[in-house]
Parts: sequence; structure tokens; C-alpha cells
Amino acid sequence: MSTTNKKNNGSKTKKPIVLVTGAAGALAQQVIHRLRKTCQIVAVDFRKETYHSDDIPSYKLDYNKRVFEDLFKTYKFDYVIHLGRIQSSEETMQRRYNANVLGTQKLMDLSHKYGVRHVLILSTFHVYGADAYNPALIDESAPLKAAELTQDLVDSVELENLANIYLWKYPDLNITILRPCNIVGPGVNNTISRLLSSNRPPCLLGFSPVMQFIHIEDMADAIELAHKKHKRGVYNVAPKDWVAFQEALSLAGCSPMPIPSIPPVLPRIISRVLNLKSFPSYLINYFRYPVVIDGSEFEKEFQFTPKRPLKEILRTYKELKDA
Amino acid sequence: MKLKSYLKKKLVSKELDEQLDRIEKPVGSLGYDPWGFNTETNKIVFSLFSGVYNKYFRVETTGLEHIPDNGPVLIIANHSGQLPIDGTLIGYAVANREHAPRYPRAMIERFFPTVPYLGNLLNQLGAVLGDPTNCAKMLDNGEAVIVFPEGIRGSGKLYKDRYQLQRFGNGFIRLAMQHNTPIVPVGVVGCEETIPAIANIKPLAKLLGIPYVPVALPFIFPAKVHLNFGKPIYFENEELTEDQVIRRVEKVKKSISHLIAKGLEQRKSIF
Repeated sequence: MSTTNKKNNGSKTKKPIVLVTGAAGALAQQVIHRLRKTCQIVAVDFRKETYHSDDIPSYKLDYNKRVFEDLFKTYKFDYVIHLGRIQSSEETMQRRYNANVLGTQKLMDLSHKYGVRHVLILSTFHVYGADAYNPALIDESAPLKAAELTQDLVDSVELENLANIYLWKYPDLNITILRPCNIVGPGVNNTISRLLSSNRPPCLLGFSPVMQFIHIEDMADAIELAHKKHKRGVYNVAPKDWVAFQEALSLAGCSPMPIPSIPPVLPRIISRVLNLKSFPSYLINYFRYPVVIDGSEFEKEFQFTPKRPLKEILRTYKELKDA
Repeated sequence: MKLKSYLKKKLVSKELDEQLDRIEKPVGSLGYDPWGFNTETNKIVFSLFSGVYNKYFRVETTGLEHIPDNGPVLIIANHSGQLPIDGTLIGYAVANREHAPRYPRAMIERFFPTVPYLGNLLNQLGAVLGDPTNCAKMLDNGEAVIVFPEGIRGSGKLYKDRYQLQRFGNGFIRLAMQHNTPIVPVGVVGCEETIPAIANIKPLAKLLGIPYVPVALPFIFPAKVHLNFGKPIYFENEELTEDQVIRRVEKVKKSISHLIAKGLEQRKSIF
């Protein structure tokens, strides 16, 4: 275990103590920025150590190592915000499974053991799977079909299944699972954000599914609201605004590079052969079929309204290219 | 998207633009709804389709006033003609009616989303994957929804079976009851003759993963089309057995049969 700052180690404070995982990511940094005034934050990331500020201890460690438990012993966390899910574009399947599934299980076991009062887990809309037969406005009770459509998303679905088991097994943990749509905006380094940032992003010839985008700051607001309310359950997070993928690329100032779409195996082969990291083979169906989620339950329960208009979100990418 | 702006500028008149803007549609800031409907695409296709509707198929309608001015409604019609021409014509007729025009949504067969370009175009025109969840959510939104309960049994049937109603699915009745929605039956006459098929190459269809491959001339014939809209049918929301649901389905089917017979009587010649 290494740390950039342990000054507050064991210090007594009236502020609730919050463990934020995935702290090196842009979203976690936004969340930490929002909560630091009212909470004592402890930041953890398995990838790298990050400096947030002098009063925020930051650690680089593996959730599966025993040393992770020492953090729970030391800080006696009140709340956990688990944003440290490895995306499918990162690491091998085995390492992702270890970190996302086994690591999350360890985190929830420790949370239960040390009396954490609320665990928030960031999932993804990818768990619903991109399928030609998807209805629009998929709600939280829909089956998670991603695992049967691609092996590369098994860990994301398993993480959710596990979290759902713990949600009922340990009601005292008050687990909230958030399934956001595409998170985009400055600093976001996921597949869709890389595509929007690119000048010549690939797209499938003849397919332009409807998509939803949420700005990273709106998503951080959503996490802050969910953290404050401690309401158990599973929630989609998405604005009530939609755009076709190729129109989104156009508004983001991209000149799309169409790749053949039929037979369906062809774009997957092209993606693998050319090693297109911004267009990975296992996500290709998300650029073929819409996965439109219904975020109304979260809106209603948490009085959440995204503030950044879709046009403005996409225009930011264009302005970055023009600059 | 530059192409879309260009086409709109060239094809959509100011009057048509204003006329279609009067139709209320719950879309987002960029003109899309969750099912992919797009106002701009609709305006362009609407302007192009005017000639097809009025001059090519010379569509005649009766009973359009039976479609309620607002609120959910299921428009239930017979299906034919290999391609979704019938749904497009019904949609155009309802969107173009003088009093209280509406953009109805057609439920389409499940293989369309897998077809490049066509799937997206149909979605942008308001067509939606034929799924009970989609239909239920649209009725909750107060939409007018076009359903062909025969599905591919109707659209893929051969010319020798024309105007013989195939088996209806039962789902639409349950949706109508659950969502307190009137059913407006429609008899479509003329679409059977647009692409007359003499056979279906089933092995090829299986190989391509599509419902049918008709043996037909690669041409859409300019058959004259009659669309007869019937009076709304209301069903109480009750706990019913499947047999009781089937009796209600048969009632709608009978009504459509009468409307088809009426259209065949009105028709002086196929073309």
C-alpha cells in the first residue's frame, strides 16, 4: 500500500468519512470536489496514486489484497462510493473479473463488516446489451443481456448480479446501483468520449442508433444526490434527450469513417485486425442497435435534472477540435 | 447531417414546414424521440412522399375522422405487399388529414432493425420495433400506434392468398384493454397488388436470416389504394381467458374484413 498523504490517518472529525474508489478517474475527481467540504474523503485507485489535496489521503492498492482491509480499520468509513470499475477496454478479461467482481465482493464484505451505512456502485447501461430486439426506454427491471451477447461484458453483468445479491442480503448497506448512459465531457476517457474526440471516428455503414449522453458534471451531481439520500435500489441515469449516433459525431465536428456493417462478423474482424481501440469489437453492436434507457425513476426519486444541454455537450468536442 | 439540411432546404416548403410543426410531438432538443423518430427526416420524406401517395398510388380514404384528435389509439390493419408500404400510406394519411393531423407510429417486423439504412430510416419516420413494451410505452405517451397483427404472415403472403386475412396475434387486444385504448380498424385494399409474389424461397430466406424472399418482379406496381377507417371499438379492461381474448380479436378481424370488402367494392380497377 502506498499513499501520497496520510496526515489525517486516524484523526477524529465530525465529518462523515467517505471511501471513493477509482479516484484517478475524471468522474471520481468531480465527485470528490463536490463532497470534500462536507465529508472527509479517502481516495483509492488500483491504477495509480493521485494527488487531490493535502487533506485527502490517496492510495494505490488492489481491492483483493489484505491491506485493503487496513483502510477500513483505520478510517472507519461511513460511506463508500465505488467508481473503480475497470472498463472493458482496459486490462485482460481475467484481471477485469478479479478487480470488478471479486474486488467488489471484497469491498462489500468489508463494508458490511465495518458498518458502512451506504454503498454506491457505478455500473453502466452496457449491462442491458445491444440487441436488435431491444425496446426503447429500457427500465431497471429489464433483463441484463450483455453477458449472453459478448463475453467481454461478463464482468460488468456479474458485478451487478453480485451487488443485487448484497442489496437484499445486507439491507443495512443500503446499496445504490447507478446505471448511467454514455458519460462524456472533458477528461472522460471511455470509448464514446474517445470517438467524439477523434477527427475520423469509425462508424458502421447504414447504422446510426439513437443514443443518450450525460455530461460528466451532471453525472457527478447524480452521484452526489444518490450519496446524500442513501436510497437502496437500482437506477438508470439518463437525460430525456436523444440523438442518432452519426448526427452526434457530426455535431461533435467529426468526419466519420464508415466501415462495412454486413455480414455482422465483418466489422468485428476489421476492429480486431486494425486494433481499433476506440471501436472495440465487443462494443460494435452498441453502434448498430440502440440501447435507450429510461432514467425517469432516478429523476423522480432524487429530483434530478441534468443541466447541460445535449447540443452544448457535443459542441464542446467540436470546439476542442477547432481550437 | 449537412445532406439533411440541404434536402430540407430544397424540398420542404415553408407551408409544409409550418403544417408539420403544428403536430405536437414529444421530442428532445435535437428533434429525436427515444424510438428514433426525427422531425427533420419526416418533413423531407413527407414532401417526397406526397407524389407517391397522391399520384402513384392515388390513395382514397374514408373514415379518417374516426382517429381521435389526441390520446392513445391502436390503428389495426390488414398487412400485405412484401414491403411496409401499407403502414407508410396509413401514416401519411393520418399525418396529412386536415383536422387534427397526427404522426402515427407503425410497429414493424423484428428483422428491420438489422437491415442497414432501412432500419434507421424507418425509425426516423416513426416506425418502431414490434415489441409489446414499445407499444405499451407509446400508448402511455398518448401516441397513435399502427399495428398489423398478422405480422409477416400477412406481408409475406403470396398473390394467390390476397385479401385472405391470416392468423392475428392477440397481444394488441390485451394492450388496448390494459391502456384503455380504442381500436380503429382499417381495411387496406391495393397494397396486395403492389408487389405480387408467386412463391417464397424459404431456404434462401433462412440463409439470409430474413422472414421471406418473394419471387416477384423487382418493381412496385402503381396499384390504386383504398384505405377505409372503421369506427372505434372499445373493450373493457377485464380479466379474460385466452379464449375470451381470441373472441375479441375475431371481432376486430371481422370488422377489418368488412372494410376490405368495402374497399374491393369501391375499386373500379386494380390500377
